[in-house]
Amino acid sequence: MSEHLIRGRVGLAPSGADPAARPAVRWRGTPLTWVHGGGLTTLLFLAPMLIVFGACSWYPIVRTVVMAFQHTNLVRPATWVGWDNFRAVWDDPLFPIAVKNTLYFAGLALVIGYPIPLAAAVIMSELRRGGALFSVLAYLPVVIPPVVAVLLWKTFYDAGSNGVFNTILGWLHLGPYPWLQDPHWAMPSLVLESTWANAGGTVIIYLAALRGVNRDLYEAAALDGAGVWRKVWHVTVPQLRGVLLVTMILQIIGTAQVFLEPYLFTSGGPSNSTVTVLLLIYDYAFGNSLGGDYGSATALSLMLAGALAVFSAVYLRLTRNWSQS
Amino acid sequence: MRSVRTTATRAAAVAAVAALFAAGCSSSSSDDSKGSNPKKGVTISVASLIPGSTKEASAQFANQVAEFEKANPTIHVKSVQYQWTGPTFAAKLAAGTLPTVFTVPFTDGRTLGENGQLADLTKQAKQLPYFGKYNPAVIAEGTTSAGKVIALPTAAYAQALHYNRKLFQQAGLDPDQPPTTWDQVRADAKQIAQKTGKAGYAEMGKNDNTAGWILTTVAYSLGGRMEDGTGKDAKATLDNPQTKQALQMLHDMRWSDNSMGHDFSWGWSDINQAFAAGQVGMFVNGSDIYTNLVQASKIDPAIYGVTTVPLAGGGSAGVLGGGTLAAVRPDASEAEKAAAVKWIDFYYEQPLIDQQQAIRNAKTLVASKQPVGVPALPVFDKQQYELANTWIKSYINVPQPQMAPFMDKIFDQPLVPEPAASTQSVYHALDPVVQAVLTDKNANIDQLLKAANEAAQAAISQGK
Repeated sequence: MSEHLIRGRVGLAPSGADPAARPAVRWRGTPLTWVHGGGLTTLLFLAPMLIVFGACSWYPIVRTVVMAFQHTNLVRPATWVGWDNFRAVWDDPLFPIAVKNTLYFAGLALVIGYPIPLAAAVIMSELRRGGALFSVLAYLPVVIPPVVAVLLWKTFYDAGSNGVFNTILGWLHLGPYPWLQDPHWAMPSLVLESTWANAGGTVIIYLAALRGVNRDLYEAAALDGAGVWRKVWHVTVPQLRGVLLVTMILQIIGTAQVFLEPYLFTSGGPSNSTVTVLLLIYDYAFGNSLGGDYGSATALSLMLAGALAVFSAVYLRLTRNWSQS
Repeated sequence: MRSVRTTATRAAAVAAVAALFAAGCSSSSSDDSKGSNPKKGVTISVASLIPGSTKEASAQFANQVAEFEKANPTIHVKSVQYQWTGPTFAAKLAAGTLPTVFTVPFTDGRTLGENGQLADLTKQAKQLPYFGKYNPAVIAEGTTSAGKVIALPTAAYAQALHYNRKLFQQAGLDPDQPPTTWDQVRADAKQIAQKTGKAGYAEMGKNDNTAGWILTTVAYSLGGRMEDGTGKDAKATLDNPQTKQALQMLHDMRWSDNSMGHDFSWGWSDINQAFAAGQVGMFVNGSDIYTNLVQASKIDPAIYGVTTVPLAGGGSAGVLGGGTLAAVRPDASEAEKAAAVKWIDFYYEQPLIDQQQAIRNAKTLVASKQPVGVPALPVFDKQQYELANTWIKSYINVPQPQMAPFMDKIFDQPLVPEPAASTQSVYHALDPVVQAVLTDKNANIDQLLKAANEAAQAAISQGK
């Protein structure tokens, strides 16, 4: 331990002592000893981080909480309105629609988007040659700017018979399908693009985790007569369960905050079929050119954050035993 | 030795952090973009052209800035690309990133002014020699209920039916005889779709208030109104019989005639681009969009045609009007406001009121291959409008004969302003109704309108 850290402990009980048994001691240092002990240096080194986090992260969070109880257009002075913003959100007919759509998106993404990266990673890890190439190909969509990706997929989703997907399906005498132009097709179309755009990152995580799986386990399973599926089910999945649990909760939290796809593809349409909670927040804040309802927007943001916090706590509680066993 | 090195390291660290702070402080203190300096003059940023405009248009704008700065040596002008859209405007307004001078539609002017979101220009505006000559109905769009002038009108338009003459010809229709009733619009759209494979008639359907805006236009043309009364006491009447009729017509064109193509989510820019690209036979938009079609979409002038929106018989049918206001940021200093109004006068108003400026402006536009003579409505009075057009007659380069169906009839049509209370919210409530009719064959129009009316009424009552 360096000299200044040892000096910094002057007058304190030894580390590890029972705090309750710690004798009441008075701080005997002076500002000068604090400076000499390295306190100032520590603070100065911390200052940039504190300033950046304070200005860009903590201050906006505090402002969000404050604004949720105010009525403001950010030009005139704000007025306190108590819980009115929360009540307004709760009474908004679009609120249950947005919640339902968000759950639908998250559910579809879980069904479609969650197993695909795992399957891809398992297959790629088994490849004897070209694994790196497939890794690059899998990750490529992640590095494409989202707006470019959406523009690209808009041409794929062209509802005319000359749209890319409809042309391909036309060869099989299928379609044309309306894709984004139909309330029933729109959300699955968004999930499909979102899966393509985001799966690469998860594939890389799974590939890294798979390298940590002991190959002896597969050999032992093979000796016991296990086929590919049984190896995956009884060796790969249990070995990856910690990673799988984390990626699942990250995906659920991420999809609960889906914004980009509905905003860029459909603006929430057709007929509010792709209005999500985050899009509704955006709509409150910026949907009206007269200046937004920032109070309702921040109130709904807090409600979403609270719901996700509760969900995460419950999820971690329920999966704690499984992830540790 | 260790002690010396430690001390030196600490000193260096302290110096580095102090330098960082000093750099931060000095950069903020050197920011003199706000306010004015008597020696340096005043700097204002002004909305220039929309993103994606041609090089010629940009060069033309730069020339006008240079001319203004020459005439006003103490004013420095920074041009900023700008396009008004509801969501981006709201974001910029909240973030304080709008240029000093920007434009807003008539739709929002008064409410923004009432909310204190625009600068009070009363003093500067009333010093303009022609202030008393503004069309009273038009200047009212930039005046609050307390009589404060918070914006100056720069252009006025009526909604119009734009059509593609080439597609008309390909479909066996006479482009010099555009439709004059909605039944003819429907029949022509069907014929265009069948003969050319393009959308015979398209309508904005985006969830950004444009779908509701165009539905309101069609409902007005059939005699309907979206509101009765003003302010928070206004009664929403979105579920009126004419709106139902307009939606039923849309439904039939979409599902029975299949004449509306396969894209039903057009926004303002998208539909202009699609029309300029020859993908759309007819659509409704402001009468002054020819400039945008040239600047941003490079339309072939030969395909362009415009006529009035068909009006149903009866006293209440009218054409929805609108326009553009030039406004100033609410945090502008007095010097900035004065400079801003000078710019508004120079760039927007002088070409409408002064022969020399009108001709100079027209010459510049022609030299940079920009449209001169785009159909519009008078900002001052009809006499002044016609007089200004005679000044620039020899410079007019738009295909006027192709615009004659509009210009010949527009002054006979009753002009109806947009819904006065919670305008954007009323349009927004109608967006999903239009989308439902265009994307769901079994959409229940009555039920959809009932829900939209409730949403609009709630917004009106809350003043949103």
